[in-house]
Amino acid sequence: MTVRFIGSPHTRVDGPRKVTGNARYAADFNQAGQAYAVIVSATVGLGRITEMDGASIERMPGVVAVITHHNAEKLPYLPHKAVIDPAEGERLHVLQDDQVRFYGQPVAVVVADTLDDAERAAAALRISYDARRPIVDHAGDEVKAIVPDAATRPGARTLADRSRGEADAAVANAAVKVDENYDIARENHNPMEPHATIASWNGERLTLWSKSQYLVNEQAEIAAIFGLPLENVEVVCPFIGGAFGTSLRTWPHVTLAALAARHIRRPVKLVLTRKQMFFTTGHRPRTLQRIALGATPEGALAGMVHEGTGETSRYEQFMEALTNVTDYLYSCPNVRTQYRLAPLDTSTPNHMRGPGEASGIFAIESAMDELSYKLGIDPIELRRRNEPQLDEAENKPFSSRSLMQCYELGAERFGWTQRTPEPRSMRDGRLLIGMGTATATYPAFHAPASARVRLLADGTAEVEAAASDMGPGTYTSMSQVAAEFLGLPLERVRFRLGRSDYPQTPSHGGSWTMASVGSAIRAACLEVQAQAARRAAADAGSPLSGASVDDLEWSEGLLRRRGDTSPGISYHDIVVRAGVPIEAGGSAQRDPKVAEQYSMHAFGAVFAEVAVDPDVGTIAVRRIVGAYGIGRVVNPLLARSQCTGGMIGGMGMALMERTALDPRDGRPVNAHMADYLMPVNLDIPELEAHFVDEVDPHVNPLGVKGLGEIALVGTAPAIGNAVFHATGKRVRTLPIRIEDMLTA
Amino acid sequence: MFPFVLEKAGSAEAAIAAAAAGARYIAGGTTLVDLMRDEVERPERLVDINALPLSDIRADGEDLVIGALARMSDVATHPEVGRLQPIIAESLIEGASPQLRNMASMGGNLLQRCRCPYFRMLDAACNKRDPGSGCAAIDGLNAGNAILGTSDHCVATHPSDVAVALVALGATMRVRGSDGERSFAVEDLFRLPGDTPHLEHTLTPGELILDIRVPGGPYGRRARYLKVRDRASYEFALVSAAVALDVEEGLIRSSRIAVGGVGTKPWRLRACETALAGKPADRSSFEAAARLATEGVRPLSHNHYKAELLPRTIVRALEMAGDVA
Repeated sequence: MTVRFIGSPHTRVDGPRKVTGNARYAADFNQAGQAYAVIVSATVGLGRITEMDGASIERMPGVVAVITHHNAEKLPYLPHKAVIDPAEGERLHVLQDDQVRFYGQPVAVVVADTLDDAERAAAALRISYDARRPIVDHAGDEVKAIVPDAATRPGARTLADRSRGEADAAVANAAVKVDENYDIARENHNPMEPHATIASWNGERLTLWSKSQYLVNEQAEIAAIFGLPLENVEVVCPFIGGAFGTSLRTWPHVTLAALAARHIRRPVKLVLTRKQMFFTTGHRPRTLQRIALGATPEGALAGMVHEGTGETSRYEQFMEALTNVTDYLYSCPNVRTQYRLAPLDTSTPNHMRGPGEASGIFAIESAMDELSYKLGIDPIELRRRNEPQLDEAENKPFSSRSLMQCYELGAERFGWTQRTPEPRSMRDGRLLIGMGTATATYPAFHAPASARVRLLADGTAEVEAAASDMGPGTYTSMSQVAAEFLGLPLERVRFRLGRSDYPQTPSHGGSWTMASVGSAIRAACLEVQAQAARRAAADAGSPLSGASVDDLEWSEGLLRRRGDTSPGISYHDIVVRAGVPIEAGGSAQRDPKVAEQYSMHAFGAVFAEVAVDPDVGTIAVRRIVGAYGIGRVVNPLLARSQCTGGMIGGMGMALMERTALDPRDGRPVNAHMADYLMPVNLDIPELEAHFVDEVDPHVNPLGVKGLGEIALVGTAPAIGNAVFHATGKRVRTLPIRIEDMLTA
Repeated sequence: MFPFVLEKAGSAEAAIAAAAAGARYIAGGTTLVDLMRDEVERPERLVDINALPLSDIRADGEDLVIGALARMSDVATHPEVGRLQPIIAESLIEGASPQLRNMASMGGNLLQRCRCPYFRMLDAACNKRDPGSGCAAIDGLNAGNAILGTSDHCVATHPSDVAVALVALGATMRVRGSDGERSFAVEDLFRLPGDTPHLEHTLTPGELILDIRVPGGPYGRRARYLKVRDRASYEFALVSAAVALDVEEGLIRSSRIAVGGVGTKPWRLRACETALAGKPADRSSFEAAARLATEGVRPLSHNHYKAELLPRTIVRALEMAGDVA
């Protein structure tokens, strides 16, 4: 087949709708007669509600209902867990009791005819608490780390304890050592679009227009919470204004919107405030890590120890892949990793772009950089000397691994040879210039997915899957895949997503959307072609009548006998003659045998240049260059956009983002876009993303590895390493701030 | 948001009468509306003064006169501002974001309320918002708070950038109230928190800011504003410095220094100015003078770094001003 669509830099098919305001987001689906719900959030960090007089505000203008634990419907909360939910613990049950488990927990919902009325009344609701001081400081003395239950089970993706060789002894006896601790701040996702749900009941059937990265799970979760048959719940979300993982789980506000709508027997709209986005919609957990590396004088790693602890809530054990990368990143005979959790009086964290890997790689890649200086070996050369021939933890080959090609391409594009190795050796006028690099990696995941293709009489094709598009360009890239395998022009393919009643897909996260849904679409396209061919062969009036389907082949959307040079017949011809659309489903999952055989990961190399003002300590990132080996690139334009977005996220992680909790009551004091810093345009420099040619026949039929996560992973250590190179000051706490530079 | 009545004033007299009767002035609304949405501010009456003819920006001899309703973005790009007092433009551009600068008025900028996080959270103690309730910042997360001019009742910084430049340059302001007009130094607009941190300025009820006058002088192009902060835009100063030098044959005749981000009001540093007089315009003079800036600082649990950053910022700003000189 002529490759025309996969690999082409097509602009976004949904771009015109977005820029003209015709893309409808969850909160845009206003329903006739809808009321507005506002969540009242707890103002203490731990304790119980002693008094809450909902009746006192019920007579305020426009108020329809005040729902508290006194009058809320008791919900079944049937057991339900998806892959994105913590394996251990039980999700927060809202308005079911008087307990306050963390600051900002929803304790009441006020519903009114207008948003203003609801806000006004919600602000007037007086609540008394019996409050205790919460424990929210992960690094505090009172914190007792626990072994995550799920991490002790065989086959867990992140193991509590994993070891090969004698890592501690190897580090202790090594000629050259690095042994340091790292502290990465809690971050909140802060997408542009706030969480929003509009809930509408029709008898026992519920429709949710709700921001979600995992529609079929939102359907299943709400069905379980309300004790409904799955088919009674429908979730619709055609557009997402950024998410970064925060909309993977179904959070309490979705339940509250549905609960309120049932309570008042009207559709209810509930949109979280920016401040509330810091309370119960997940966060990247603060992590504390220790890395100990030992090496020979020639730079061969002799031992690696990686211990990490992530914060979690008291009611759920949220795990992420904090220590995973250390197992397979480099060649080393003695490696020990340890993963623990610190339960705190906070809400449960969740996955945030590059979950686990982004934090773990900051520690390990900062330590590798530090080791390179102790050894006097160029950082890239150090990695080259430790490049493994296989995944030494799993003892299996990589399906493909292009790390050194990434370093070579990235170094060339970045101009690494201009770098002088000594810290503080490069200047631009009075500014200290630093160049740093770091490895990026993320697993090439795959999950079972399905899709449907329908060939219509007008010669177009409709493709459907319950997928999401939070910004990477799923609408576009999936259209390209379908166009590719159907052999139709892109404008004759319509890809639809964002409905839970479309064919099931996994969560829109983990960089597995293209691998999983794309493969399913390919399968559905091939299946619909087979069906169409059978129709043509069985159709007495068709020029291909009576042909063996094995003798037929599709090319450029036309069906011919093999070797035949006739014009062939089109989908249009076949569908018109059939009189009904031809529809086929397809699904895809990774062959377990292949999965058993290979270690599958994407790799990349990130380069950053910074300028530090030696007087006042300001840090400016001057440029970032990333080179990635991610298998096949479906759309280079979208892929570069994803990478630059990820780099900006990495800049935020390195230099700005930090949710600050007041230890007295656990409140996030900077729950505001003016106070929670993220890079603004003026901070963002020239960003370059390059892709090495990588063919991986094992990962999935499309040969794609996924890009969303790895695009963020690696940026923070590259910047931290550049800051060290500029100043000679090693900062092991993120974000790196001006005050860290003052003691340089 | 609490319900309120909005009226439009057609004349200064009408506005002043409304304000004297309890209405609050609203111009750009960039502080007030934000705080009303959070119910930190709960005015019952607002009087919109945007129609008043107070937006002029003009030169008066060597002085620069800026109307109270001139927008930050208009002042920043005005040719007379660039000609006479480029530091005013520099300090304005460093403030807020373009969207906010397009709306915010100069008078409102001076009267903007503090950015202490606890001030904006109704469930936290704040003497400024709720006199007598206490100060959550003193023992809280106070990295952004002040180290100069603080009291046991309030440690909030004054957030304005341009006010720092105006105080350094000795600008004056003209106000009108029910009893007529008066003029005074911009520096005297601001009150220290003491035990009444909810009283932030010296205007009497109903007084309306008419304009700001920046005196001409020997500084002009030898004045610079340096703002040190954790990102490049839309972020308040950790420390900022407005400095002006009058240098002749390498010797400093006189100087002006005011700093932001560290004080409970824009903070003029006369001791540093005095120390520079007659000294060579070089780094060692700047460093010696800047050391005096930290006399009397009272760092809090999380903002010791400001005492370190303050003299560094002054030195750097003086070097910037010196380079132009």
